[in-house]
Amino acid sequence: MELLKIIILALIVNNVVLAQFLGICPFLGVSNKVSTSIGMGGAVIFVMALANLVTYLLYNFLLVPLHIEFMQTITFIFIIAFLVQIVEIILKKSAPALYQALGIYLPLITTNCAVLGIAILAIQKDYNLIYSVIYSSSTAVGFTLALILIAGIREQMELSNIPKGMKGFPISLVTAGLLSLAFMGFSGMV
Amino acid sequence: MGNFRYFTDGLLRQNPTFVLVLGACPTLAVTTSAINGIGMGAATTFVLMFSNLFISLLKNLIPDKVRIAAFIVIIASFVTIVDLVMKAYTPGVYASLGIFIPLIVVNCIILGRAEAFAQKSSVIPSLLDGIGMGIGFTLAITTLGSIREILGNGSIFDIKLVSENASTILLFILPPGAFLTYGYLIAIFNAIKSKSNI
Repeated sequence: MELLKIIILALIVNNVVLAQFLGICPFLGVSNKVSTSIGMGGAVIFVMALANLVTYLLYNFLLVPLHIEFMQTITFIFIIAFLVQIVEIILKKSAPALYQALGIYLPLITTNCAVLGIAILAIQKDYNLIYSVIYSSSTAVGFTLALILIAGIREQMELSNIPKGMKGFPISLVTAGLLSLAFMGFSGMV
Repeated sequence: MGNFRYFTDGLLRQNPTFVLVLGACPTLAVTTSAINGIGMGAATTFVLMFSNLFISLLKNLIPDKVRIAAFIVIIASFVTIVDLVMKAYTPGVYASLGIFIPLIVVNCIILGRAEAFAQKSSVIPSLLDGIGMGIGFTLAITTLGSIREILGNGSIFDIKLVSENASTILLFILPPGAFLTYGYLIAIFNAIKSKSNI
């Protein structure tokens, strides 16, 4: 039950983009088409789960025993950048099809603040290893969900007549606001 | 006078929040009150100023291939300093900014200025650019924070503007209010800019 609660909270109620404001840059930048946002979402799910696993182990078995918890930010960002590189190289060699699909989105993930943010939040929440990985992967699925939703709406908006000053970022932000309002309806569900 | 331009660019013409739309995560997340805006702005300005300064000083020593990694280490060091200083001296603001202090590391304004400006400019312009961009960011998020605080809480800088029982538009404090206010502010900024041609 506890696990189900974590999953629903991370996926919908505390949606990483629409309620916690993490990963806004790719949310506004890559969300023009549904197909590209699925690719981006896939890459984020993969990297976020892996990054949480590694940062959890690193924090609890290296930083805590050495009493250098203040090095958290530096080590985590380095690990994430490193992981993204490794994942890119491995995928290129072993799964060229998947690499073709995710390829261009992978380097962008290093600067996705959701990855670093969720790694730090999982440590703050004191989850154990399994909870931490489940928390991060359901958060990443929530990110993908929000990305696909807004991409679908933006595809439709291409055809509509938007006032000149509202074109681009403003209308996307207002759309995101209305989406966020809709997601607020789920609060109190768990 | 020539150098002064680098400072004013960040304030209006290239404002990071309203024109470049960089660093949207903290802009949306921490602007529930005006004081949070100032806190976040000050922390970011500090990091931006010193990262620009150090990157422009070290630009000839950093090999081109590992420059991003080197920039991130420099930025992360200053973020850690800000994190520890704010934890010690301003625990209230630190608590309400929460996770967004360590996340200054991945704020695209800072890496963006390092890559686009500091690594190819000399020391004084880089420093001025950092300060200008930082103050531009601070002004923008404080404006956003003030609007949300006035509408959502009926107060500004914790000073009540309406009576205790008055009903306020709570929506503006909640997440949807952040997106809506930011969206409309950029639209207003665009409209003013296209009218006055700056």
